[in-house]
Amino acid sequence: MIEISPTEWTAILLSLRVAVIATLVATPFGIALAWLLARRDFWGKSLLDAAVHLPLVLPPVVTGYLLLLTFGRRGLVGGWLADHLGIVFAFRWTGAALACGVMSFPLLVRPIRLSIEAIDQRLEQAAETLGAAPWRVFATVTLPLALPGVLAGMVLGFAKAIGEFGATITFVSNIPGETQTISSAIYSLIQTPDGDSAAARLVVISIVLALGALVAAEWFARRATARLHGQ
Amino acid sequence: MLRVDITKRLGEFTLSASFTSEGRVTGLFGASGSGKTSLINIIAGLLRPDRGTIVIDGETVDDSTAGIHVPTWRRRIGYVFQDARLFPHLDIRQNLDYGRRMNGHADDPAQRKRVVDLLDIAALLDRRPGKLSGGERQRVALGRALLSRPRLLLLDEPLGALDEGRKLEILPYLVRLRDEAGVPMVYVSHDAAELRQLATRIVMLRHGQVTAFGGVKVLTASP
Repeated sequence: MIEISPTEWTAILLSLRVAVIATLVATPFGIALAWLLARRDFWGKSLLDAAVHLPLVLPPVVTGYLLLLTFGRRGLVGGWLADHLGIVFAFRWTGAALACGVMSFPLLVRPIRLSIEAIDQRLEQAAETLGAAPWRVFATVTLPLALPGVLAGMVLGFAKAIGEFGATITFVSNIPGETQTISSAIYSLIQTPDGDSAAARLVVISIVLALGALVAAEWFARRATARLHGQ
Repeated sequence: MLRVDITKRLGEFTLSASFTSEGRVTGLFGASGSGKTSLINIIAGLLRPDRGTIVIDGETVDDSTAGIHVPTWRRRIGYVFQDARLFPHLDIRQNLDYGRRMNGHADDPAQRKRVVDLLDIAALLDRRPGKLSGGERQRVALGRALLSRPRLLLLDEPLGALDEGRKLEILPYLVRLRDEAGVPMVYVSHDAAELRQLATRIVMLRHGQVTAFGGVKVLTASP
């Protein structure tokens, strides 16, 4: 079996922590936004849709820089959060989680939106005739039927978050033990003499994590189909 | 008692209906496109009339001049659709229990047993909707609507999606429902024979207008 050094372990555990927190915090927002995009028509909808997808097409270094400008110690939002709530993002693992959350958001939202769009709205109408208030229709019909899509989005978002590099290193740099994730550790190792074998180990771990996530997402998608057909 | 006096602009024609029915089963009869499904959706609150009033069991649920429009989920109605619309993620037992939970009624095993026996669905309780035949699904949909304890049961061509054999299988249950369940019904159909067996009052619709209102005899007068 391959031997993993303490520094590498630190990077792996940090990556996992960052990706888990990013996914869990982003999911409620992702569900709300997916529902909005799937079900509501409002002014500026296509603009919002584009904004959600922006991290997917912007150079990650641009996203990271914009995060630094906004959520850095001197940023408009970052400064306020630090002064009033004591939340600091700059050069902290929380900043890495924020960068990963933003970068993975489009991948999180998309499957949720698709699964909400696939729901037969006549079922929600039936729930309403049975006395369910709108929020209970959402909780008892919409959300359970969209659940496989929600899980698939979470898995995909998690996989993206765990591999995020460009925005993270731009926003919170590459500090071992604080902001050095698997990706930035690999980057450092490749630039160090004799770092090749360590880099290779982390590369293998990255591939395993990403593949696992894709298989899981596929499995959830299958479940979604079976569920919507009442099997 | 059901009192309807509404108008609603619908694409090419205007739906305009005014009647008061004390009957146990009010049949809405008309060809497809006559406005009967729109009318039942207005009674259910799924559509809002442009003008007029609807009174169910003494409660005004729509009154355009007073600005009243009670949302569907607060109307205490039951609705059986042509396609049963059972919840695919719930088993039959949970489907039947849904309306009771949403309305916050206490669990009433005796009432549930009565309805389950009336509709002969005891053997289906642990199954999923996807595993049921069309007729079975429609019986469960009837039970689900009844168990939410509605004060008015709306049925929109509940036999429309079934073949002749299945129709004959469900009709006796509907007759039993009429005679034993004690819930007034509004029954939409384009099938005069069906309404002759079930309805006690007929509202005949044509191009959005009520052309006849009365006992089932008005069906024979129809061209």
